[in-house]
Amino acid sequence: MSQADLTMEGHSAGLIAGTPFSMPTKKLAMWLFIIADTMTFAACLVAYGFLRNGTPNWPRPFHSITNVAVMTFILLTSSLTMLLAVQAAKTGDKAKAFQWTMITAVAGILFALLHVREWLGLIGEGMTLFKNPWGTGLFGSAFFSITGLHLTHVTCGVIALIAVALRYKGGRYKAEDLEIVGLYWHFVDLVWMFVVPLVYLLNLAH
Amino acid sequence: MMTIAPEHKSAGIGKDIAVYLCLLALAGLQFVIAYQNIDASQMLVRMMVVAIVEAGLAVLFFMHLWAEKRGFLLFVAVFTGFVLLTMQYGWTDSFRMLVGVPFAH
Repeated sequence: MSQADLTMEGHSAGLIAGTPFSMPTKKLAMWLFIIADTMTFAACLVAYGFLRNGTPNWPRPFHSITNVAVMTFILLTSSLTMLLAVQAAKTGDKAKAFQWTMITAVAGILFALLHVREWLGLIGEGMTLFKNPWGTGLFGSAFFSITGLHLTHVTCGVIALIAVALRYKGGRYKAEDLEIVGLYWHFVDLVWMFVVPLVYLLNLAH
Repeated sequence: MMTIAPEHKSAGIGKDIAVYLCLLALAGLQFVIAYQNIDASQMLVRMMVVAIVEAGLAVLFFMHLWAEKRGFLLFVAVFTGFVLLTMQYGWTDSFRMLVGVPFAH
């Protein structure tokens, strides 16, 4: 048997085996990215918890939960609209799928704007990365880095949603691609479920 | 030849809306816990339990992990769970910083 035959056989064997977990490669790649990104956020939140626990004069600057409650509602609802988009795409309703994806992107933009407004309010009260009027200066760096990392993810998600939706509408992407970008969007929502209690609710001024 | 992924068992949007309402209720519960008159550590534990349930619902049903092959579900759960658990290794040192044992003062 020649080397070429062996190579051919090797290729055939690989093709028969298929992709791991019988999952499309792009989807598997997104899942692996999500697992890796989970570690990034978990490391940040654990480090934050370490500091929060080990620092006696940790500030509690939040007097109202209205803003963060509205932000949570928007992000959770955007996950539902993303599901509606994927559902429509699977049934072949391109117009509806595009519409729901764009609604999801608008919700993401709204979330980001509310987040920036909140940041500006805190900066206006004298909070920076290294100091604040309420207690240890570590709070500012922890708060801005964690919420900033999440906001970066939301911003990237909005850009990805718009780009994928436009290409889907133009026929270059399929329903599967919308589902994959949807996975990322749900992940961003999932992370927020941990950021809210740790960074906001445990720092409410009582 | 490319192996085609199994189609998700779609139960329509009804289940998704039910999960969404559960997530909203759980998120609301976190806000209620924030106003309870309890110890901070108790508050943290209760909020984290709610957050883990929320995350579980989101991963299983919104991200359709439940509809994937069981092998993949196990891969994600075991790999992620193991790393997240080992990350908790540093808490003891955090308490050392707080209580000042042995060299913090």
